[in-house]
Amino acid sequence: MTQSKKILIADDEPNIVISLEFLMKREGFQVSVAGDGEEAIAKIRSESPDLVLLDVMMPKKSGFDVCQEVKGDPALSATRILMLTAKGRDTEMAKGLALGADAYMTKPFSTKDLVDQVKQLLGSDA
Amino acid sequence: MSPKNRLLVSVALVCAWLLIVVGVCGWVVWVDLSPDEREALVPIISPRGALLGAMLVMAMAVSAIVLRDLHRRYVAVPARLAEDGRTLLKAEPTRRLTADGNAETCAFVDIINTLADQRQSLQDDVEIRVADARRSVEEEKNRLGALMSELTQSVVVCNLDGRILLYNNRARLQFRAMSDAPGAAGGGELIGLGRSIYAVMDRHLIAHALENIQHRLRKSVAQPVTNFVTTTRAGQLLRVQMAPVLGVAPAEGAARPVSGFILMLDNITRTIENEARRDEILHTLTEGNRASLANVRAAAEMLDFPDLDDELRTRFRGVIRDEVKAMSDRLDHSASAFADSLKARWQLEDMLGADLVAAAQRRIESRLSLRTKIEDVDEALWVKVDSFSLLQAVTYLASRLSDEFEIRELRFRLAPAGRLVHLDLIWSGQAMSTETVMNWELEPMRFAGENSPLTVRDVIERHDGEMWLEREKVKHRAFFRLVLPSAAPQEEVTSEVYLKGDSRPEYYDFDLFSWSESSHEHDDQLLSELAYTVFDTETTGLNPSQGDEIIQIGATRILNGKLLQGDGFEQLVDPKRSLPPESTKIHGITPEMLVGQPDIVKVLPALHAFASDTVLVAHNAAFDMRFLQLKEEVTGLKFDHPVLDTLLLSAIIHPNQDSHRLEAIAERFGVTVIGRHTAMGDAIVTAEVFLKMIPLLAEKGVRTLGEAREAAQKTYYARLKY
Repeated sequence: MTQSKKILIADDEPNIVISLEFLMKREGFQVSVAGDGEEAIAKIRSESPDLVLLDVMMPKKSGFDVCQEVKGDPALSATRILMLTAKGRDTEMAKGLALGADAYMTKPFSTKDLVDQVKQLLGSDA
Repeated sequence: MSPKNRLLVSVALVCAWLLIVVGVCGWVVWVDLSPDEREALVPIISPRGALLGAMLVMAMAVSAIVLRDLHRRYVAVPARLAEDGRTLLKAEPTRRLTADGNAETCAFVDIINTLADQRQSLQDDVEIRVADARRSVEEEKNRLGALMSELTQSVVVCNLDGRILLYNNRARLQFRAMSDAPGAAGGGELIGLGRSIYAVMDRHLIAHALENIQHRLRKSVAQPVTNFVTTTRAGQLLRVQMAPVLGVAPAEGAARPVSGFILMLDNITRTIENEARRDEILHTLTEGNRASLANVRAAAEMLDFPDLDDELRTRFRGVIRDEVKAMSDRLDHSASAFADSLKARWQLEDMLGADLVAAAQRRIESRLSLRTKIEDVDEALWVKVDSFSLLQAVTYLASRLSDEFEIRELRFRLAPAGRLVHLDLIWSGQAMSTETVMNWELEPMRFAGENSPLTVRDVIERHDGEMWLEREKVKHRAFFRLVLPSAAPQEEVTSEVYLKGDSRPEYYDFDLFSWSESSHEHDDQLLSELAYTVFDTETTGLNPSQGDEIIQIGATRILNGKLLQGDGFEQLVDPKRSLPPESTKIHGITPEMLVGQPDIVKVLPALHAFASDTVLVAHNAAFDMRFLQLKEEVTGLKFDHPVLDTLLLSAIIHPNQDSHRLEAIAERFGVTVIGRHTAMGDAIVTAEVFLKMIPLLAEKGVRTLGEAREAAQKTYYARLKY
C-alpha cells in the first residue's frame, strides 16, 4: 500500500473520531479531521485527501450535501468517498450511491471491515 | 241475449210454428177438396171455429209450459251455475255450487265442488308455506340488520353499477362526517339506497379493485378480497376492504359471476397522530442507538491493539463509558414514552401508485392552481404509503416551488426500482441551490391554509423512505426523487379451508342487482322502474325573475315504486333579502328562522347531489325549476335532470276536472294531506300522489318517461309559462 495516502475524517462526534483517527494513523495514512460539513468541504479543497470518511449526519452541511458538492466539482471528483451512517436503511444507501459515494457503511461496523474497505478503495485507485 | 228473452223468443217461435202447421194443413186440405166438398165442409166448420181456435191456443199454452220447464232445466240452471262458478273461480274460493236441475247436472256440480275443495286446500297450503318463508326471511333480515348495526365497521353493498343496495348506520355516520354539504342532507346526498357509490369513491379505483377480485377468483384464491386506501373528495383517508357478491352460476358446476361487491370502510384519518408518535419512539430506539454502538464498538476494538499507550487507553475506556450511559438513558426515555403509545400503531396502506399521483394532481391543482402533468407513471405499481401525509408533503413542496421559483408546471413520474418505487416531482426553470431546496424538507409544512407540525422529512421517514434533489442538466430540469416502499402483491393463500361460494348465507334477493341493464336509456324506461327525487320549494314570492328567492327546500326520494321514508332532504335557506309578511302567512316561516341558515349557493350543490341520477318530480314543476335555473350561473350547477310535473300528469289522467291544485288531486286520490305548505310536507304529498298516478297513466297508454313527457307537453296547462 502507498503510505502517503491522505484521509479526511468528517464526523461531528469526537467519540468516533478518536477511534477512527487512531485506526487510520495506525494503518499508516496521513489523517486530518473535520467536525462539520462546511469544514469538510474546506479541507477537501485545501488538502485534497485521497479518501474521505464521511458521516451523513453532521451540522451545517449533511454528508449527502458534501458528497453531492464534491462529486459535482470536476476538480474534486477524484476524491474517494466512503459514507458512514447511523441510518441502516437501503433507501439511504441508494441515495448515497446515487449522489456519487464510492462505498457506504452502516454503523455499527467492524473496524477491520472498515480498514479493508478503505484499502480496497485506495488500492483500486493506485 | 238474456236467458229470459231467449225463453220468450222460443215461446213465440213455437206458437208461430203451431199457427203455421195448422194454417198449412188447413190450406192443403182446402185446396185438395172439390167445390162440392168445400160447400159441405163450411157449414160444419164455421160454427166450431171458436172451438178450433181455443184448441190451438191450448196447444200453444201447453208448448209454452213444456218449453219453460225445459228452459229452466237446461238453460236457467246451467246459467246460474255458470255465474256461481265464475264467482267461485274469481272472487270467493270458499263458495260451493248448490245441486239443482236433473241428475246429470247434479253429478256435474258435485265434480266441480270437489275440484273447488282440492283447489282450496292447495291454496291454503301454498299460503302457509309463503307465510313460513316470509317469516324466516324476515328473521334473517332482522338478524342481518342486528349484525350490521353492531359492526364497528361501515358496510356498504353495491351492485356492479355501483348502486348502493344496503348500508349500515355506521356507514351513514361516516359519510355524514365526509359530507361537505350543510347539515341538510347529513350525508344523505352521498349514501342512500340506489345512490351511486362513485359520488364518494373514484370509479377507476373500484374498477381496479374489482379486476383484482376477478383475477383472484379465477385463481381460486382462498379469500377473493382486496384492500386499498383512498382519499375522499373532502380529504379523508379511508381504508377499504372489498369482497365480491357472487350471483347464480349459469350452469351446474360453472363459476358464479360477480354480481356486486361489499365495501368495508374504515376512516383512518384520525389515528394518524398517535401512530406518528409511536413511530418516532421506535425510530429513536433503533436509529439513535446505531451511532453510539458504532462508537463503543470502534473504541472496544481499539483497546485490543497491543501498541496502545496509556493515555489513549484511558480515552477509549471513557468513550465506552459515555456511550453506554447515553444508550441507557435513551432506552429509559423511550421505554417510558413508549408505554403511552403502545396502542397506537402506524400503518402504511397499499395504494395504487397511479391513484396516489392522481390524488396529488387534484390537490395541487385545486389548492395551488399550479398546472400538473404526468410524465410517465407505471400503472401497475402499488405503493405502501400513508397517503394523507404524503400528499400533504408533495403539495407543500409544490407550493414552495411555485411561490419561490415561480415554476409553471409540475410533472410526475413513477417508476419501479427493485423493491422500491421512485416518485419524481419534476420541474424546469432557473437553477436553485441544493441547500435552499433541501432546507424545505426540515421546516414544518405550512401552506395554503394547512398547518402541519410535521416536516417533509418526518413524512419521508414515516415511509422509511428517502428524498433528494437531482438535476437533469441537458433538459434544464430538476426533480425531487421520493423513494417509497412498493407494496408487495397481497399474499394469496390457497388454503384448504377454501370457502366455496355456497357456504356464504344469502340474506336478500336484491331486486337492484338486476337494475343495470334497464337503467341507461331513461326515455325508454318504465315510469314504475325509475328513481325519482320529488321536491318542493317555499319562496318569498311568486316572481323569481323579479327577485323572489327560495327560502326552503324539501325533497324525498322514490325508488322501485316506494317512497323512501327517512331519506329526505329538508333545508331552510337564507334568501339574502327581506321576507314579505304576506308570505309568512302561507308558509309560516318567519325571518328569525332564516338567521344563520346557509344561502342558496351552499344548499343547491347538496340538492344537486341528492337528486343525481334521478328524475325530478314537482307539482307545478315549471315554477320551482325556474328558481333553480336562475341560480345556474352563480352555482355553476345545471339541473338538467328529466322533469315530471304532477299538475300536468293530473291533467292527462282527469282531463274533465276543474282543479289540478295539489289539495284537489290529493283528495281525488285519497292521499291524506299533512303539513301542507312546508316544503317537505308538500314534497311527500306530491310523491304519494305521483305514486298513485303511475298505474292510472299506464291505463292511458303512458308507460315510459318519454311517453309521459310527450303527453304532458300536449296538455293545456303546458302552455302556462312562468
